[in-house]
Amino acid sequence: MKKIKYSEITPENIYKNRRNFIKKFGLTAGSIFLSQNLNFSANAAPKKEDLKLTEYRYITTYNNYYEFGTGKSDPVERSEKFKTTPWDVIIDGEVENPLKLSIEEINTMFPSEERIYKLRCVEGWSMVIPWLGFPLNKILNKVSPTSKAKFVKFVSILDPEQMIGQRFPILDWPYKEGLRIDEAMHDLTILVTGLYGKKLPNQNGSPLRLMVPWKYGFKSAKAIVNIKLVEKMPTSSWMKASPKEYGFYSNVNPTVDHPRWSQATERVIGEGIISPRIPTTMFNGYGDEVASLYSGMDLKKYF
Amino acid sequence: MTKYLKPSIFVLSLVPFLIITYKIFFNKLGPEPVKEITHFTGEWTLIFICLTLSMSPLKKLTKLSLWINFRRMLGLFVFFYATLHLLTYVGLDYRFNWQPIFDDVVKKKYVFIGFAAWILLIPLVITSSKKMVRLLKNNWKKLHRLVYVIAIFGSLHYIWLSKTIFFKPLIYLIIIIVLLALRIKIKNRDVNYG
Repeated sequence: MKKIKYSEITPENIYKNRRNFIKKFGLTAGSIFLSQNLNFSANAAPKKEDLKLTEYRYITTYNNYYEFGTGKSDPVERSEKFKTTPWDVIIDGEVENPLKLSIEEINTMFPSEERIYKLRCVEGWSMVIPWLGFPLNKILNKVSPTSKAKFVKFVSILDPEQMIGQRFPILDWPYKEGLRIDEAMHDLTILVTGLYGKKLPNQNGSPLRLMVPWKYGFKSAKAIVNIKLVEKMPTSSWMKASPKEYGFYSNVNPTVDHPRWSQATERVIGEGIISPRIPTTMFNGYGDEVASLYSGMDLKKYF
Repeated sequence: MTKYLKPSIFVLSLVPFLIITYKIFFNKLGPEPVKEITHFTGEWTLIFICLTLSMSPLKKLTKLSLWINFRRMLGLFVFFYATLHLLTYVGLDYRFNWQPIFDDVVKKKYVFIGFAAWILLIPLVITSSKKMVRLLKNNWKKLHRLVYVIAIFGSLHYIWLSKTIFFKPLIYLIIIIVLLALRIKIKNRDVNYG
C-alpha cells in the first residue's frame, strides 16, 4: 500500500490537532489513526475541552467505589491500608489454558502503555484520565478462549475485612461485571495498572482494573481477581440491583436516558462553578471505533 | 431570655447559607462545584422541613408552647433553601436553558416531585403572616397541612435521584414519617381526652 502523509488527506485544522485526536481516542499507533481519520472529519471534531486532562487530585479523590463506601471521598479515605500484594488473578472458564497470574507476573508479561481516555459516569459527569494499561485481548489470547466463550465475566475481590462497604448489602458482593467477547477483544478495552505514570492508587481500583471507554464508568470493574470466559451473558451487580435501570451493555448514549435522569449532558470534573455542562456524545466519542459492534442492535432495548 | 431565642435561631438558620457562600467565594467546593451547591442546599431544605415539623411534637412532648414561636420562621427557611436549590439547578446547572429543564420536569419523576414540592410551598409562604392566619381561620390549618405532602415529596425527591437505595436519603423519609406519625397519635389522644 502506498504511504500517504497525514497532511495529504487530512483537513488542516484536524491535522494540527492530530495529537489531540490521538490522545482523545487513546491511539498510539498512527496507522490506526490514518485509517480512521476520514470518518473523524466527517463527524463533529472533538472540542478542545474534551481533551484537557483532569487533575490528578480529582481523579484520585472523587471516586465511586462502593466497596469502601458510597461517598465520593470514602474510597480515598478508607482504602489507604488496602493490601494489593500478594494478588493473584485467575483467568479461566471456557479456555484451553486457564492461568493463575500474580500481579507481578502480569506487570512483566504485559507492558503498560499510556492511554488517555474520557471516563463518563452514569451519574452524569466525566473526567479525562491518562491511564497506564494494556489491551485485555493480550491476556485473553494467552489463555486461548474456546468457541463457547461468548462473554467475559469480571469478578472483583470479596474482602469485607478490608472493605467496609461490603459489610452492607448495597450491591451483590463481590462486584461482578461483564462484556461480550467482541467488546472484550476490542483494542480500546484495557486492563489498567496505573495512571499519570504512577502505580494505580488503591481508590482507583488497584492493582488491576478494567477500562472500557465507550461504556459508563461502572462497567469498568476494579480490583479484579477473576476473569472468566463464559457461554451465557453474566449478570452484573448493577443489573441485579436494578435491572430496569442498569443494563448489560450500558454504552454511553445521550439518546437513551437513565429511567430517572437524563443522559443528554454531563459535567466536566474539575471545571469551575461557571463552566457549563457539555453535551454527551454517542459511545462517549468512540463511535468510529466501536459503533460497528452494535450494528443492527436496538440500543434502546439493549441499553 | 426567651426574647433572644428567636433572633438567635434566625442567625443560626443562616449559617448554612454563610457556609456555602464562603465555599463559593473561596473555591472550596471540590471537583463538582455545581453539584456540591445543589446537594448542600437540597439537604438543608430537608433538614429545615424536619425542624419545622418537629415544633408541634416538641410542644406536646415538653409541654412548652414556645416551640410554636419558631415554626413560621423555620418554615420560611425551608422556602429560602428550597429556592436556592431550585435556582442552582435552573440557573447555575442548566443556564436557564428551558428545554432540558422542561423535559426533566415532565419526564423525570424526581425532578417533577421536587418541583411540585417547591410550587406547593408558595401558598404556604403567601399565607404565613399573622394577618393571613386570622383571615383564613380554620382554613389556614387545613391549607398548611400541605407541608406533610411537601415533606414526603422532598424525601422521595432525594431517594429517587440516588443510584440505588442508599442509607442517607432513606433516613430523611424515616424521620419525616416518624414526625408525621407522632401527630396522628397526639391527635387521637386529644380526641380521647377531649
